[in-house]
Amino acid sequence: MGLKRYLVTRGLTMFGVLMITLLLTISLVGSNMDTILKQGIIYQVRAEITENTTIAQGFNDPEEFEKFVQQKIDERVKTLGLDTPWYSPQRLGYTMYKILILDFGNATFLTSDSGSSNVGEIIFEKMPKTILLFTTATIIISIIGILLGAASSNKIGSKTDRITSTFAVISSSFPVWWIGMLMIFVFAFVYQIFPARATPSIEPDEPGYILALLYHMALPVITIVLIGFGAWAYLVRNFMVGIMQEDFITAKKTIGISKKKIVYSHALRNAAPPIVTILALSLSGSLGGAIITEAVFDWPGMGRLYFEAISVMDLPVIIGSTYILTVLFLVSIFIADLLYGYFDPRVRTSS
Amino acid sequence: MSSVSTQEIKKEFLKSKLGLTGVFILSGLILVSIITISVIPASTFQEWNNPEKWISYPKTSVPSWVNFLSSDKIPEHKIINPEIFQSQENGIFLTSQQFGVSFDYDDFPSDFIFEMKTKYADSHIVQIKVIRPDGITLELLSTSLPHSDNETIHNQRYFSTDSMIKKNLNTYKNDFGFDFKIGSTEIIFSELYQNQIQKGNYIFIVDIYGIEKPVEILESKMVLGGKAYGLMGTDELRRDLAIGLLWGTPLALFIGISVSIGSVVVGLIYGVYSGYKGKKTDEVMMRFNDVIYALPALPFLIILAVTISNSIFLMIGFLMIFSWVGIAKVSRSMSLQIKTRQYIEAARIMGQKDSKIIFRHILPQLLPYAFASIAISVPAAITTEAGLSFLGLGDPSFPTWGQILHDANTYGAAAQGFWWWIVPPGILIAITGLAFVFIGNALDAIVNPKLKR
Repeated sequence: MGLKRYLVTRGLTMFGVLMITLLLTISLVGSNMDTILKQGIIYQVRAEITENTTIAQGFNDPEEFEKFVQQKIDERVKTLGLDTPWYSPQRLGYTMYKILILDFGNATFLTSDSGSSNVGEIIFEKMPKTILLFTTATIIISIIGILLGAASSNKIGSKTDRITSTFAVISSSFPVWWIGMLMIFVFAFVYQIFPARATPSIEPDEPGYILALLYHMALPVITIVLIGFGAWAYLVRNFMVGIMQEDFITAKKTIGISKKKIVYSHALRNAAPPIVTILALSLSGSLGGAIITEAVFDWPGMGRLYFEAISVMDLPVIIGSTYILTVLFLVSIFIADLLYGYFDPRVRTSS
Repeated sequence: MSSVSTQEIKKEFLKSKLGLTGVFILSGLILVSIITISVIPASTFQEWNNPEKWISYPKTSVPSWVNFLSSDKIPEHKIINPEIFQSQENGIFLTSQQFGVSFDYDDFPSDFIFEMKTKYADSHIVQIKVIRPDGITLELLSTSLPHSDNETIHNQRYFSTDSMIKKNLNTYKNDFGFDFKIGSTEIIFSELYQNQIQKGNYIFIVDIYGIEKPVEILESKMVLGGKAYGLMGTDELRRDLAIGLLWGTPLALFIGISVSIGSVVVGLIYGVYSGYKGKKTDEVMMRFNDVIYALPALPFLIILAVTISNSIFLMIGFLMIFSWVGIAKVSRSMSLQIKTRQYIEAARIMGQKDSKIIFRHILPQLLPYAFASIAISVPAAITTEAGLSFLGLGDPSFPTWGQILHDANTYGAAAQGFWWWIVPPGILIAITGLAFVFIGNALDAIVNPKLKR
């Protein structure tokens, strides 16, 4: 019962956050959006009229003709509902409703690889690649991190422990994208082992595509892992140190179970809840960072799409990607909450 | 939670090697900032994006200290000031500018430019020649300053790529033992018999002859184009990277420290107030906190920078919006603990105002935690700002390390092997971050004794 209520409150908060994000995004880009749409209409109307020469011939007075054009434009603006500002309740409501049902409209400049300019299609084409890259990297990071963390908590103050801690502090001070630039410099140009651009040069439907994708993914994954695993190991180590001080571990020690067994089976199992929770959270955290990382490696995912949309101010794509990124972010936070509430009953009752 | 006194913190901190390293690095950075602000005029960095300013600098040249490491000496980019001699003979005034160059590098200079600002009237004849280490004098150029009836100030540049120089050099063709289908600099700096570099002292002479009055030289310099320059080299746009990197230091410190202080103060007060008030207030404030916490920070920062403004001061504000949340959560739970203590209860019964209890009795207890969080949250602020700048969303009037890296990325520095453009900014970002992480961790270990082994 407690868990259910906890989840419902969390779920409602998340939905509220989603709505607020949407509202904020729309209000930030709304006025620009209107100007761009109106300009598009003016351009369209003028193009239609100049194409149809008979209309222009019907006018002798250029002023009258101008008037006619303006009237046409106004008509079009009215039918599209652009005469009311973007912040009027019905337009705002309509825009939000459309986005909620994942109808993002058409992109202004960008297209998907298959040539479609539907924002939804563009996003869903890029999303799997982002998920592939960051899930792979996060899984590798967590495996290395957990093993290394457990190993260093096994021998606190040992060489492994000290190196891990130092590496954790130093590696997390470097920006991932800068290490990315260095990695590209060293492993793509000085030693030509990996490709510099992470976008595979083969078309998706050709047979070798998956191999090419994995090969192109190697450098970004190595970079993300290199920067990430130290902090993970340090985190796991600290959890383990805390658990190793608990009474039941001391009891096991006095019984005579070997320390190695205690660390790797008993303590690690008890450290699992916070570790899994943080895993979900770090996955969501990396999604935001994807924008810069993907821009550096030119990885064809959501992050690069976002970056491209920003640089050409493709507003429908910006709104759509922000929405999807927020949804992904919230879903992983929700999963983290769920796991945390499931593992730690105290959370459910305390609020 | 602790009630460690300031004295104790100081004592403990001085024992921590890591913390002291952090303080040491930080004082170094502050020293660099102070020196930069007081020595390098602000105009140099304000004109960071003005190509005119950097015209006499070389393009993408390596730092000059590279020459100490390699056996092949890369020609250094030199800006040489002349020695000026004036004489008069038979009513003809001679103004002679002599530029001495000691050249002992293993590659030809890329070009040379004479730049001068003169004040004169009437006609003046200009002759440029060079005396080489082997004693041979090459006449390079004979020309005149544009005629002027009144006294005028005139800016003149003579480029080594001038076709007249090449033409004049062709008259020495028979003295040299190689084909002349090469640039002028490669002829001037070459041995006679073979197109190899002749090392030694060169004297470039610019003679200006006037009839009635000598010309007045206001400014004059010779730029000998090389492939190595300064402490940190230059970038594709000829900018001296040392200046960008130096100015980046105070900027990074300013951004990092102001964001972290701002967000810690806001988070602390917000959290403490929420925890102290409890009940409905707490509930509402914590829901709001959850909302901000769940916003994806980077996409929002990008949208804010694009739509509102990328001014550095607003950017600091935007960064604060997203960084006070965690601190608010922790300080709320701390204040929940503190408020149950008896002296708080006593103060309340005595009828003290809430604000007074919060500022007098609760907040001071959280100060050690606050200082640790300030130090810990600086690196995130610096890297986030650098990341935004890297995406090209930085404030163009303040060149930060992130922007230098952005330019490096757009000009394909990695592909062309311009390591001196990529490596130093990143290392500086990391070092600055590390200094604060060290200080923060050391403070944290004192404030939360649990983490100590």
